[in-house]
Amino acid sequence: MMKKLLIGLFALLPTFAMAAGPSVPLMDANIDLRDNASLQRGAKLFMNYCLGCHQMQYQRYERTFRDIGIPVEIGKETLIFDDSKVGSHILNSMSQDDAAKWFGAAPPDLTLISRVKSPNYIYTYLKSFYKDESRPFGVNNVVFPLVGMPHVLQELQGLPTAITEDVVENGETVTKIVGVETDGSGEMSDDEYDQAARDLTNFLAYVGEPSRLESEAIGIKVLGFLVIFFILAFLLKKEYWRDVH
Amino acid sequence: MATKYEEQSPATDAPSKQSSDGVVSSVVGWINDRIPMTRVWNMHIAQYPAPKNFNFWYLFGSLAILVLVNQIVTGIWLTMNFVPSAEGAFASVEYIMRDVEYGWLLRYLHSTGASAFFVVVYLHMFRGMIYGSYQKPRELLWLFGMLIFLALMAEAFMGYLLPWGQMSFWGAQVIISLFGAIPFVGEDLTLWIRGDYVISGATLNRFFALHVIALPLVLVILVFLHIVALHEVGSNNPDGIEIKRKKGSVAEEDKPKFEFHEYYTSKKDIVDAIPFHPYYTVKDVLGVAGFLILFCWVVFFMPEMNGFFLEAPNFEAANPLKTPEHIFPVWYFTPFYAILRAIPDKLFGVVAMGASIVMLALLPWLDRGKVRSIRYRSIWHKLNIAQFVVTFLILGWAGATPQTVFSTILSQICTVTYFMFFVLLYFYSKNEATKPLPTRLTK
Amino acid sequence: MSNAPVDNSRRRFLTIATSVVGGVGAVGAAVPFIASWNPSERAKSAGAPVEVDISKLEPGQLIRVEWRGKPVWVIYRTPKMLEQMKQHEDQLRDPNSNEAQQLDSAKNSYRSKREEIFVAVGICTHLGCSPTFMNGGFGEKVEGTADGFFCPCHGSKFDMAGRVFQNVPAPLNLEVPPYTFLDDTTILVGEEEEVA
Repeated sequence: MMKKLLIGLFALLPTFAMAAGPSVPLMDANIDLRDNASLQRGAKLFMNYCLGCHQMQYQRYERTFRDIGIPVEIGKETLIFDDSKVGSHILNSMSQDDAAKWFGAAPPDLTLISRVKSPNYIYTYLKSFYKDESRPFGVNNVVFPLVGMPHVLQELQGLPTAITEDVVENGETVTKIVGVETDGSGEMSDDEYDQAARDLTNFLAYVGEPSRLESEAIGIKVLGFLVIFFILAFLLKKEYWRDVH
Repeated sequence: MATKYEEQSPATDAPSKQSSDGVVSSVVGWINDRIPMTRVWNMHIAQYPAPKNFNFWYLFGSLAILVLVNQIVTGIWLTMNFVPSAEGAFASVEYIMRDVEYGWLLRYLHSTGASAFFVVVYLHMFRGMIYGSYQKPRELLWLFGMLIFLALMAEAFMGYLLPWGQMSFWGAQVIISLFGAIPFVGEDLTLWIRGDYVISGATLNRFFALHVIALPLVLVILVFLHIVALHEVGSNNPDGIEIKRKKGSVAEEDKPKFEFHEYYTSKKDIVDAIPFHPYYTVKDVLGVAGFLILFCWVVFFMPEMNGFFLEAPNFEAANPLKTPEHIFPVWYFTPFYAILRAIPDKLFGVVAMGASIVMLALLPWLDRGKVRSIRYRSIWHKLNIAQFVVTFLILGWAGATPQTVFSTILSQICTVTYFMFFVLLYFYSKNEATKPLPTRLTK
Repeated sequence: MSNAPVDNSRRRFLTIATSVVGGVGAVGAAVPFIASWNPSERAKSAGAPVEVDISKLEPGQLIRVEWRGKPVWVIYRTPKMLEQMKQHEDQLRDPNSNEAQQLDSAKNSYRSKREEIFVAVGICTHLGCSPTFMNGGFGEKVEGTADGFFCPCHGSKFDMAGRVFQNVPAPLNLEVPPYTFLDDTTILVGEEEEVA
């Protein structure tokens, strides 16, 4: 009975996980939280391209520098663009009210975006802008239709256009976007841009849960200890239960 | 310590004066003259007769206590940095996660502990169901257990509002609105619970007060009563037969070789029992070790548990103007939530959800069988319990899924089968074709 | 009569081993709870070293800055003040700052890194009030000493190097915080320069 129950429970788990998700298949971000070089490049991209509008109101500069291997002095010079103290949160000076006026809604805080969405979502999002003259900023996004922000990485990627395909769905022909293609006007090649998107995603994933690596490092030791304790407890139980059997 | 007590003559609870090693025994004696320390230890632990055939399923009671302690201790530590206000709550959780040393660990221990609590309590309840532990004379024991379950649900629900994320806010919004289904007073009642026209800081503050002190106090008292009731009637076991027999009915050579407290032996003869300590204490320690391996694996490596223990929308601060795409409660509420959603009428849905829990509480009276354990009951009972498990799991799945035609129909079918479990049990248990019971515990 | 009929060394060993390992686990489990009481990143950020610009500080002037929630004084001592400090050393409790609470850099007769610039935590070592700077009016408290600090709470008296006078309730000289001269006109309060 117990086995049946457990098997049933585990069989259901993947079904649950599939239950929610966007309609477009997400690309695999393939990030590595241990890759400090990638995290540092991602931090630089964030400070240069995102921080103008999006804050990280719960994350501090100093802790970030420490965690991703940037000496504090260097971080202070190269990554703090305003007069923020190194111990302060990563904030911009844009007023939330003004922002709401310009963009229709205040740009969301990005501290936890990787946990609200997912790293794969962010990676796909960064790679899914395409030209759409009907939108106020001239771009739209495949995973976030009617997106309310400009393609801030356009100078890196160039301006992609959508690749469409006609698909027959329920007897009707629908035009679907199956991918995007850059116009080559950006500073980066496709591969370089993929790496940049991955770096930025990696950095956002780190900021979402800065304790992740520490947690796993401690976790391994705790589990090792518990296995030893389990073995001792098992032997102790067997020893005492010789009285009963 | 334990061996000290064992060395004393169990026939008398009076502090032993002639004990050889001076200081310890004189301190113990001094205490025993003032509170019944040794007597309680012997009566309830060292010389408490427990059936010798407890299996895996009997670990979850002690594990529930372990998780309760974990929740209380980590909870106390979280309150040291949590700010119970609409403006400060979400930020203070991130403060704990980032700025407080090991704050992330305290928080994950607490959030994972909440789910672990329901895992062990559901398994503990299921154990009671399959071995008929609710049957006479353990009805009150079962009712205290059901009250613990209710208090736990209230505790978990109120705790879930505190991080003040999107799911906290909208989940609470939905659940509190349920009370609006009550005729005549419903709307006023929801207003009163919230203390505002929407979920607000006022709601957060009262939930905080109830979550950190009132309900934990209730839980601890109920757990105490649950154990008092257990020790009065004695533990059931996988065979479902009594180990306490009529005085004088058991031959001397059939009595266990262990010494039990005279509180139990003076009234009854006892068979097939072993003292709780050391045999079940070492077994529970083993259970604790095994549980902690699984628990810590989740805490350190996957605290979100694929969005089941920590839901993704809850990493976004509460926004009263924007509802998340899908609102559903945390996994441990989803079976009951599915019953609620299965019924298209608001009032009747709430009634059905309430009834689904009341039915569980009524089990001691719905089951009219004389045989307790599933081992000796009819195939109909086994099938009925199996379908109940499947029903419960499907309801759990349906309650965590965006509502579709398919999931609604499935929930409706399962709502019927959920209640059918109790109805069928009531009828077939009266004259059930059971197997003969053994006279002694089997191994 | 015992409830553990079998007793042997294996059982004793396993009981002790499990208890010891379990005890180690309990101690380990206590670590995060204890460590969480340390100052958080927020407290550390608020308590971070403070830069003080002294380019506009005039002789005889005192400025206050806040460091870790405490008032820190930076005083530009005039030659007259420095001269008079030598006159009353026999009236001081600990003129050479030998008490253990002192940083090495404060163990000279001026109790500072530069003769004229004095940095101190402006909190009386008696019960935590902040003494008043009596610029020129200190003579009424200690004869022959024109400048000093007087604590209004219980009357403790300190000279221009924060050294406590005898026969007052305060037991120790004023605390000198760790500080560093970043350049000629900037002091970093809260961080002692590393000893090379």
